[in-house]
This record gives sequence, structure tokens and C-alpha cells, in this order.
Amino acid sequence: MSARKNLRRMLGIPAALAASALLVAGCVSNEPPEEENDSVSQDDGSGGTANDEPGETVTIGFSAPAADHGWMGAITQAALDTAEQYEDVELRQAEATNDVNMQISHIEQFINDGVDAIVLLPFDGDALTEVALDAMEAGIPVINVDRELSSPFASRATILGDNYGMGVSAGTYICEQLGDQPDAVVAEIQGIANLPLTQDRSQGFADALSDCGLEVSTQVAADFTIQGGETATSNLLQAEPEIDAIWNHDDDQGVGVLAAIENAGRDEFFMVGGAGSLDVMEHIQAGDSVLQATVVYPSTQAADGIKLARLVAQDKSMSDLVSAGVPRTIQLHAPVVTADNVDQYMDLGFRS
Amino acid sequence: MTEPTAVPPADMETKKEGRTRLPSLLSGPAGRNVGLVLALALICVVGVITGGERFASIDNLMVVLRLASVIGVLAIGMTFVITSGGIDLSVGSVMGLTTVWATTWATQAMADDLHWVVMVFTAMAVGTVAGLVNGAIIAYGRVVPFITTLAMLASARGLAEMISNRQTQRVQSDAFIEFFRLEPLGVPILVWIFAAVSVAGWFLLNRTTFGRRTVAIGGNAEASRLAGIKVQRHTLYIYGLAGLTAGIAGAMMLGRTTAGTSTHGMLWELEAIAAVVVGGTLLIGGRGTIVGTVVGVLIFTVLTNVFTINNMSTSAQLVAKGAIIVAAVLLQQRFANRSKST
Repeated sequence: MSARKNLRRMLGIPAALAASALLVAGCVSNEPPEEENDSVSQDDGSGGTANDEPGETVTIGFSAPAADHGWMGAITQAALDTAEQYEDVELRQAEATNDVNMQISHIEQFINDGVDAIVLLPFDGDALTEVALDAMEAGIPVINVDRELSSPFASRATILGDNYGMGVSAGTYICEQLGDQPDAVVAEIQGIANLPLTQDRSQGFADALSDCGLEVSTQVAADFTIQGGETATSNLLQAEPEIDAIWNHDDDQGVGVLAAIENAGRDEFFMVGGAGSLDVMEHIQAGDSVLQATVVYPSTQAADGIKLARLVAQDKSMSDLVSAGVPRTIQLHAPVVTADNVDQYMDLGFRS
Repeated sequence: MTEPTAVPPADMETKKEGRTRLPSLLSGPAGRNVGLVLALALICVVGVITGGERFASIDNLMVVLRLASVIGVLAIGMTFVITSGGIDLSVGSVMGLTTVWATTWATQAMADDLHWVVMVFTAMAVGTVAGLVNGAIIAYGRVVPFITTLAMLASARGLAEMISNRQTQRVQSDAFIEFFRLEPLGVPILVWIFAAVSVAGWFLLNRTTFGRRTVAIGGNAEASRLAGIKVQRHTLYIYGLAGLTAGIAGAMMLGRTTAGTSTHGMLWELEAIAAVVVGGTLLIGGRGTIVGTVVGVLIFTVLTNVFTINNMSTSAQLVAKGAIIVAAVLLQQRFANRSKST
């Protein structure tokens, strides 16, 4: 593993040298530097855009909730891997925590340390807003990931998954499958119901369903854990003897959801997942379970956050945009993955 | 640094005279606190060596103290409960409930009309009532504290979710937020509150009848009853006090996060208990130390700080935390066995 990393690093140096030579040539020749766009492969950071060439070294503080969950683990891992690709990025990783009191303290520590940028995935966006404002006031750009802070002044840039869009994607897919059955029973298994992201997902789901005259018959919350998924689903299956479709917000809890469905021996319905774990994609590919589709919620958001933080700290712009400076808000796409296109998305799946 | 003990300290000292000087010194009340402070100092030395100026700066000290203050206030209340031989598993979720109740539309509207202090009083009142309910069930219903407060842990969290409709409620009052951003003499207001609660707690435990009764009940409830202490009523008060500190912590949490939500204070009861036990308060009751609790809280927060400065993983920190708790309890058990055998 580390040998592979070393090899990659060794390969990266000549590549970076070549790239900087290219840049110098570009400056001299008055031609715009060639941009080799390599957006698909994640691992190969050395061959990205001109922006990927080493600049001044920047220190980036990264704080996210506890990786107690596959998606969150993948978020953190992708962020670390991305930082690793850049020799000009020094990553400070704060202890991952679900305790806002402690997360606030980590940001305070970053401010004291005078990092060049902070990538923040808050446990609770409202609760972290004050301290993010402090950081911005101290001149440290905050890149807000996934869960939105409540003040526009609290972040320099925001990267969001499309929670509402996830609900819409899932709802539209279910409509396509069930459109001709106006009295179909549709169930929804939420994550942590408190979170605004959950409410957005449910809202999008309800809106999309209402377009084809369906509505959510039962809604349960499974707190994003396998155990919670199992409990909530067993109760749900008890309560609803006949179901046509289920949307499960989260593929990590989905492991428990599937277990409960198998324990109950039910297969009269189909299920749509959420987030896009590798496990679920494999089920979709194999067609061996009630899982027919899942809606992607990118686990690479924080990795994008690291990239943006680096650009902001180095005063660069985004290479594929004409306008100067890093955009304020980027919302990622939430596509539906089915057996037809699952091969395309396997690379982005994460292990739960 | 004196602290109340169910067995009069002088008596214990004489019993141990046969031992060598050093252990008897270290097992005395002052000795235990010295040991704790040494442990804290050791962690700080590690912090200075590994973090240099990033650790040893006034700003970083304030980061640590701010982190310690909310959980610290909870731990002060917990110290009384544990000293009296009880346990309160509900403080974390009661704190969550107080943050929600203090930020409801109705409370905030009233605060808007009158003064933001309304929110603070609401939090304190809600916490105290929840604590008194615990106390009443334990004292008069004769249900063991573990079960009673476990039930409160669940129901307070549930009530908080019902009231907030599981949403995060922002604090609207700018004056409230401004107050909690004050830093008199360069020290954040949260830290001042923690200090004030600690001093009040120390005074209450060591210098008042209330404190002496708490220790007596923890040492031997039956003997205390026979000695004329109204054990039931006193138990009620102790849990009310723990609830009050949960309310104060709730108000502080609102100041720190500017938002009330039912997820505040998840698992904090365990952190508070850990700090109290590491601080040297006996889990079986009969001995309590506020100074120890404060140092216990600081040990955990400084440890967190040092780990973060060194870019170390969460998992490593959890292991370290666990090791510290076990070490503290092992030491305690030795003490408990010794005092039982004497």
C-alpha cells in the first residue's frame, strides 16, 4: 500500500516538473496552457489541470463529524487522499466528533494556529456558524461542505450534495415504475430526522411523488446506523403488510434495512437506496435483492472541499470556469443508478 | 484543598500510620489532588514538547477552557449526585432539553418582550424541574437512581425532539449572543461561569450543612437517617441541583452554539461521570471533591487538545480516554477496599 503510494509520489514528481515546464512554456508563448482534463480518475492527482501544479505551501484544517458511518468514513478518506496528492498541502485533521462543543473547539484551535483555510463539514450547521464567522473574521477562508452554515458570511465557498434533488430523483424513479397505480403504497426510511438534509430529501421525495399522484404512506427514521435501519424497517414491515416501493435515504443503514427485509421474507416491493455504497451497487448489478436503484450522494464532497480550499488559499481560479475566483456555491449532481448504468458509477461507490 | 469524607480524615490518617510515609501522603485527600495535578501537568508537558508554542499560548489555553466549561458545569452537579451515592445518567439529555425549551418560539418571543435573561432562566428552571422529578422518583418512589435517570435520559431526549419538531432552533436575540461573546479581562464569559459554578459548588460541598449531609448520605444513608437527616428530602434536592447545573450548562451551550437542538449533550452524562470519577469522587459515594472534578474535566479537555495539535486520530484518543478511566477506577477500588477494611 505504502509502496504504491511512494511509487505514485515518485511518478508524480517528474509529472509535476513536466507540467510546470509546460506552464513556463505557456507563459512565454502567450498561448493558454493546455489543460488535460482528467475528472474521472480520482487517484491520479498528478495529471490534473494546470491548477494542480505545486504552488506555495498551504496549511488546511479539516474538521468533520465522527466517521462512524460508511459514507462519513469515505468522505474523510477521500479528503485525506486528495490532500496527500498535493505536495503543497499540509493537512491538519481535527479529531472527528459528533459533539458540536468539541467541533467548535477544533475550529478555534485552527484559528489560533493561523491555518490558511478550513474545510468544515459541521455536525450541525447552525451550531457551527458562530465559530465559522470568527474564522472568516480572522481572515481564514472557510470551505463549508455538505451541511450548510446558516450565515452567508460564515463561508467563502460551499459545496453541497443535492439533498432535495436526491429526493426528487428517487421520487421520479418510483413514479416511473409505479405511475399507473395511484393507490400504490410507498414507504420512506429516513436517516436522522432532525437534520435539515433529511427534511430536504423528504420534501423532494414528496414533491416528486405528488407529480404522479402518489404519496408517502409511511415514514420511519433509522438514524443512519445499521442497527437503526434494522429496527425501523422491522417495525415498518410489521405496520405495512403490503408495500409497493421503499426509498431508503441511506445505503449504510441500508445494510440493516436489507437484513430486516430478508428476515421478514418480504419481496413484493422494490427498493431505491441513497448515497451509493459499493455494496448496494453490487446488489443492483447482480439483481439479487429488492434493490433496484440508488441515488448518488457524492462521498467525494470533502475531497472537493480540500481542492477548493487549496485554490482559495493560493488565490487561484477554477480551471474550467471563465470567471475569476472560486465560486461561492457548488451543488453536486444526484443521479439515479440502476442496473443499466451501474458500471459507470462503481468507481465512486464507497465501502460501508 | 480539604474535602469532606464520610470517615473523618483524622481517623484514617491514624489508621495508616503503620505504612510508609509516601503512600499515606498520596492516599490522603490532598495527595490525591496532587496526583491529579501531576497527571495534568504531565499531559501539559507532553503538549509543550510536541506542540511548542501552538500548545503553550494564552489563546490555546482559552480554547481548552472554553471546551471544558460547559461539560465542567455538568460535572459539578454530577459530583454532588455521585458523592451522595447516586448516579445521574440524564444530565446530557436534560441539557439538550433545556436548550430546546429556551429557544422555542414562545420563549424567544417572551425574551424579546422582556429581556434575554428569560431564556437563561427558562433553561435553569426546566433543568431544575427535570432534576426534581428524578429526585422525587428516587427518594419517594424508591426506584434506584440508575433506572430513574436512565428513563429520564430517554424521555428528556424524546420531549426535546417533540418540542423542537427535531429541528435546530436558532437563538434570535443578538443581546444574548453578544453577552456570551464577552471576554471580561480577556477570559471568555463561559469560563467565568464555569469558575463561578465551581467555587459555589466547592463552598456548598465543603462549607455548608448541605454538603456535609450529602457526604453523610453517600457514606451511609441508613446511619444518616438515624442521625436525623431527612434523607429523602435531601436526595430530592441533590438531583434538583444536578438538574440546575444541566440548565446552566444548557444556557452556556446556547451561548456557545447560538442554537438549541435535541442532539445537544449526546453522551455527555458519560463524560461528566468520567471526569468526576477520574477526579477522585468515589462512585460508591461518601467522598466527593470539586477540585478533583475540575482537574478531571481539564485532564480530558487538555488531552483532546494535545491530540488535535498532534494531528492524531480520534480512535487513539478514545483508547487513551478509556485507559485513564480504568486507571482511575482501579486506584479508587484499592482505596475503597482499604477504607472498608479499616
